[in-house]
Amino acid sequence: MSALVVENLQTEFVTRAGTLRAVDGVSFSVEKGRILGLVGESGSGKSVTGYSILGLIEPPGRIAGGRVLLDGVDLIALKPGELRRMRGARVAMVFQDPMMTLNPVLTVGSQMAMAVRAHDKVSQRAALARARDALAVVGIPSPAERLEAYPHQLSGGMRQRVAIATALLHRPAVIIADEPTTALDVSIQGQILAEVRRLADETGTAFVWITHDLAVISSLADDLCVMYAGRVVERGPAAAVIAEPAHPYTAGLLASVPSLHEPGTPLPQIPGSAPSLGRLPAGCRFRDRCTRADAACTADPPAVAAGFDREVLCHHPLVRA
Amino acid sequence: MLGFLFQRVLQAAAVIVVMSVVVFIGVYAIGNPIDVMIDPAADQKLRAALIARYGLDQPLVVQYFYFAKNVLSGDLGESMVYRLPVMQLILSRFPATLELALSAMVIATVVGIPLGIWAGYRPDAMSSKVIMGLSVLGFSVPTFWVGLLLILAFAVEIGILPSGGRGTVGTLFGIPTSLATWDGIQHLILPALNLSLFKMGLLIRLTRAGMQEAMSADYVRFARAQGLGDGEVIFRHVLKNIAIPIVTVFGLEFGSTLAFAVVTETIFNWPGMGKLIIDSIITLDRPVMVAYLILVVFLFVVINLVVDLAYGQLDPRIRTRGAS
Ligand SMILES: Nc1ncnc2c1ncn2[C@@H]1O[C@H](COP(=O)(O)OP(=O)(O)OP(=O)(O)O)[C@@H](O)[C@H]1O
Ligand code: SF4
Ligand SMILES: [Mg+2]
Repeated sequence: MSALVVENLQTEFVTRAGTLRAVDGVSFSVEKGRILGLVGESGSGKSVTGYSILGLIEPPGRIAGGRVLLDGVDLIALKPGELRRMRGARVAMVFQDPMMTLNPVLTVGSQMAMAVRAHDKVSQRAALARARDALAVVGIPSPAERLEAYPHQLSGGMRQRVAIATALLHRPAVIIADEPTTALDVSIQGQILAEVRRLADETGTAFVWITHDLAVISSLADDLCVMYAGRVVERGPAAAVIAEPAHPYTAGLLASVPSLHEPGTPLPQIPGSAPSLGRLPAGCRFRDRCTRADAACTADPPAVAAGFDREVLCHHPLVRA
Repeated sequence: MLGFLFQRVLQAAAVIVVMSVVVFIGVYAIGNPIDVMIDPAADQKLRAALIARYGLDQPLVVQYFYFAKNVLSGDLGESMVYRLPVMQLILSRFPATLELALSAMVIATVVGIPLGIWAGYRPDAMSSKVIMGLSVLGFSVPTFWVGLLLILAFAVEIGILPSGGRGTVGTLFGIPTSLATWDGIQHLILPALNLSLFKMGLLIRLTRAGMQEAMSADYVRFARAQGLGDGEVIFRHVLKNIAIPIVTVFGLEFGSTLAFAVVTETIFNWPGMGKLIIDSIITLDRPVMVAYLILVVFLFVVINLVVDLAYGQLDPRIRTRGAS
């Protein structure tokens, strides 16, 4: 059974320029112990999707429709108090910037203990013990001492481990990680990715790993979900999507990744730039930039165009069944 | 931490010395106090005797050193008007001002900070807009005018509170204060409220600005993602983060209330230091003016020192910087 199912999620922001639908009918699911990579250019709606799952969208934003099923319970239909009890306990989130996600004026221990006691009525001492164990799980040396430290006394990599350890405190079924390693250098990033893979395998936690770095996600994720202008344009097993992209946008993204590219030849880039939400073209949103576009593309592409391991939002996918 | 403290105390001492020179010279340049003190028809002998008695025939530098020496030994001179030691004079007025200033700060804090938190937490609510409107009034309407209105409303029209003066003073924990008697408290309410309004407006706006900024910070979102409720997020995560500007303004306001409660003290006929300094300026009572100004400088320096130490307690990043 899937740990998390997102169905036709729609999130919009009411602005002076009108109502902008940042997430427009996103669907995907993650199995227990698996890692789903959510990729796409900046502004494609990855973070908003993550916040929507946890119900962290603040006015002027709102969830306009869809379902978020966690072990069969629809989080969107929950009352605020019930949702609060799910957050952190059943589904947790880690953010991009490790410098900003921890409170600068509280010790690591007091922040983590607060997170423990938000759901479990245990003593401060017991909460600190659990925090210490969680730090050990993510590979932080001398965790008992780290509890006394303030965030500014830790390196970026350490802080991000603290954030991940905090997300792990209640052994949630799902962890949403929003570009958690983007701000870190490559070797630390590698260590954390290895740790996450191990956690998924050993604890059965399902991860939604948000990133715009395809090179990183190709080695980590089991499945891939590619977003463009608020929609999922391609979804399927990571290895297959990378070996044989079906959507022209996915193909363009993959071609522009240096490490996945044939050395010595010029690095191709997708022409143009992502459309702003206020001025989306009718039909396929990628058609201004697509080399395969034709008259058919002015109509909305069908939701499922390739009948094999893939779901592709395109009239003319690069591969078919 | 000790090094930090030592450094700050040295700085504070230097400020006090410099200010004492400035104050002394500034005050010296104003008028001739002897003319005010004696009958213009008095003879030259009496004049010369008085001038010698107060050391006014000495060069300025010598006068300052006498003055500094006396200050250091706790002797601030004698009032030319009251013929009393200045120290005794100021200390007899200080408790009344301190009690008024403290009460005003407590009212401003207890009312202002919660209102500011609410207005920052729910910026679009009608109640928040009303709060913000009132806060603008709080620090834009002149104190004397609000004071007169308060007297008109509560003392004259409704008649439930006295219009001025300090009430019966009792003792609380061995300290003489009007908070110890009901009559004293009744006398204190209006002036303290009057004095608090400006600070209240300031604290509301400051707290709201801090709240609004903090509520969109990543650490707040992260705390929410852990399932913390709004109360915990605000009181355990946010408040400590926004405390530094609040403490700063609190300190400065407390200092200036102690030093310059003149308007309120005059309107409510409150027997504090403010009235004393006004009287001493009118009569050119130099020792009182000098001693008073130095006391003010001293108070500000001490309050700033306390505020600096509070920073260290509130923000660990400042603490480590100070220690290294
Ligand atoms: N509070 C908001 N008000 C208005 N628009 C918003 C708000 N938050 C996000 N958006 C819009 O939603 C769209 C998606 O933003 P989102 O942050 O999800 O992008 P992203 O895919 O995470 O990009 P990045 O890789 O830069 O993090 C953007 O066009 C953004 O302008
Ligand atoms: S639908 Fe048309 S324009 Fe859109 S990606 Fe497919 S081919 Fe290109
Ligand atoms: Mg993002």
